[in-house]
Amino acid sequence: MEALPGTQNLPKLLGLAAALLIVGWLLVKGAGDVKQFTRVTLNGLTLSALFFVVASGFTLIFGLMRVVNMAHGSLYLLGGYLAFEIQKAWFTEESEGLNLSLASPTGSASEYGLFGWLVPLLLACLLIGVLGVVIQQLFLRWNQGEDLRQALITIAISVIMADQMLAQFGGIAKDVKPPSSWPESITLFGVQYGFFRLVVVTGAALAIGLFLWWLIKRTRFGLIVRAGVDDREMVSALGINIPIVFAAAFFIGAMLAGFGGVLGGTMLALEPGEDTSFLLSSLIVVIIGGMGSLGGAAIGALLLGLVDAYADVYLVFGDTDLTNYSILLTFALLIVVLAVRPLGLYGRPA
Amino acid sequence: MTQRLGRADAISWALVAVALLVLVFAPLIFTNFFVSVILTKALWLGIAAASLIFLASYAGMVSLGQVGMYAVAGMMFANLVAADGGLDAAWNPWIATVAALLLATLAGLLFGAVASRSEGIYFLMITLALGVIVYYFFAQVTQLSGFGGVNSPELPALVGNPGDDPVPLFYVTLAASVLVFLGIRYLVRTPFGLAMQGLRDEPDRMRALGFNVTLHRTLAFAAGAFIAGVAGVLSVWYNQRISPGSIALGQTIDILVIAVIGGLYRLEGAWVGAIFFALLDNYSREYTPNIGEVLGPERFNTLIGVIFLVIILVSPGGLVGLWEKARERIGPSSGGRRSRAGPAGEEELAPGGSAVS
Repeated sequence: MEALPGTQNLPKLLGLAAALLIVGWLLVKGAGDVKQFTRVTLNGLTLSALFFVVASGFTLIFGLMRVVNMAHGSLYLLGGYLAFEIQKAWFTEESEGLNLSLASPTGSASEYGLFGWLVPLLLACLLIGVLGVVIQQLFLRWNQGEDLRQALITIAISVIMADQMLAQFGGIAKDVKPPSSWPESITLFGVQYGFFRLVVVTGAALAIGLFLWWLIKRTRFGLIVRAGVDDREMVSALGINIPIVFAAAFFIGAMLAGFGGVLGGTMLALEPGEDTSFLLSSLIVVIIGGMGSLGGAAIGALLLGLVDAYADVYLVFGDTDLTNYSILLTFALLIVVLAVRPLGLYGRPA
Repeated sequence: MTQRLGRADAISWALVAVALLVLVFAPLIFTNFFVSVILTKALWLGIAAASLIFLASYAGMVSLGQVGMYAVAGMMFANLVAADGGLDAAWNPWIATVAALLLATLAGLLFGAVASRSEGIYFLMITLALGVIVYYFFAQVTQLSGFGGVNSPELPALVGNPGDDPVPLFYVTLAASVLVFLGIRYLVRTPFGLAMQGLRDEPDRMRALGFNVTLHRTLAFAAGAFIAGVAGVLSVWYNQRISPGSIALGQTIDILVIAVIGGLYRLEGAWVGAIFFALLDNYSREYTPNIGEVLGPERFNTLIGVIFLVIILVSPGGLVGLWEKARERIGPSSGGRRSRAGPAGEEELAPGGSAVS
């Protein structure tokens, strides 16, 4: 790119200035109420964890196959719904007392054991993984390399899935229940915070991050995946069965979307529109972090989650409440990152 | 054109002429309902799809942010004129229209500057993210979108009240469509348009020749935003309301479906796809059989999704692509490759593929 002398570093300087400004603003706001600051930060971190779980599958599929899976958000939502249905069908046990209480619409009348959450989780992940492979085998296998056509195909699939889910599960928000034996909340830094969000979701994200890191950096499968990212034809010529590797990667990627859906369905809610919302967050995470990069997805998720959380609370200046403009900060984040790194923080030219 | 028109070309132009003639006399031929619900709607949807096709076929940029641009214009118009909800600024509708188009173009410059350094599938993703961000912005900022939309905005006197008499709005939309079509055909023949097509095919070579690639792509995106803005304002005139729900991802996908059904690399395909879409939207609900909960009048999105899927799988060139295939059998075309073809051949959805590899 041509640039006037002395302006080459302008985007970087602007980015740095923006970052400093944001940190300063947070310090000023945070110092006022430390407890609230802790709570908001935890909101951001747990949201980031969920974003990471979902986006890691998206970036894995893209990294290896150059497939932008626009149905990723639909797989997320369907995963959550499947877990909900399995839990409702197999594990709902009426506890004693009349189940008529209007005061507790969240259904505290039902008790769920540990398996009442784990079994739906595992089954939903498995089913979504299989569905992902079916989609890949039927629609994406034979047109490898036509990335625009593949993106359009997955968009069509997401339209159909969204409509069918609306027909099957309706428009009312549903949620998956965590095991009743788990505590509601724990106390951290003097702040009470939801146990599921803080421990389970964050723990799952860390575990998945570590697992994927191990899988990609330390196993033969990962070796093939990394080689495949760099040069598919060569790997194939070396006698590696690339179609199987692709199917496996699609299985894992889709499964991660389903896993995210169960976590999100327990932590937040399942309703039409969540598929769009998580497709958008996955897109932003990988655009910021760089397509195909796991570390980038982690950083991108962290940035997006924290910006979301802080903007929801701290966009208040004196009497002017600008919190409903918070999406503009997400937009600004995207602009700043793309101005400095057009391919995302860890993106490489493909 | 010095070459004699081939037989197939003559048929093509005859078809366009007949279509235009039918449209001009449409209010005499069809019922008001058909003129409004099918034709007028198809015309403004066609303009929105044309903005997508313009960018895809001439600049090699497949954008999913067009509904975002259209939303900026539509929302701005609805807010600037006297309306039920929103800012209710009570400007003259024509001044509001100009301001709305200007703002959409400016937004296009900004978004274009953000997205234009990426190519192919990255560009698609970034513009999709930007488009969805616009939706969330209007959904959150209720000062601008009212609670559940801005209703019954004041329209220009020329349009009258489309609810009573849809004919004036139909002619306005028809005129806008013709202007957009001719405007794009003109723009791509200017030096700027030629540079744009050069960038589509050989960005590296153009860069070496001293063209500022990012700037050209940004300007092209702004031009696309202007066209999308026209559709946005017309959509408000047509619906007499705009709400966040009407600029959500669903609308982005509808416009994409229209563009793909018509043929992603053929400008006239925008309106062909739009007519098809409007007909389907209106009449399929009566004739779609109920198959459990899977298919039925309520499940229009499933139907459109399946049609979309089949078209991408079978004929990436859309309906116009099918016509061109048929045309090759009728007779040779008039020599000289048309500039409107996609970069890597007639039948491929290729710009992404070639840009990323």
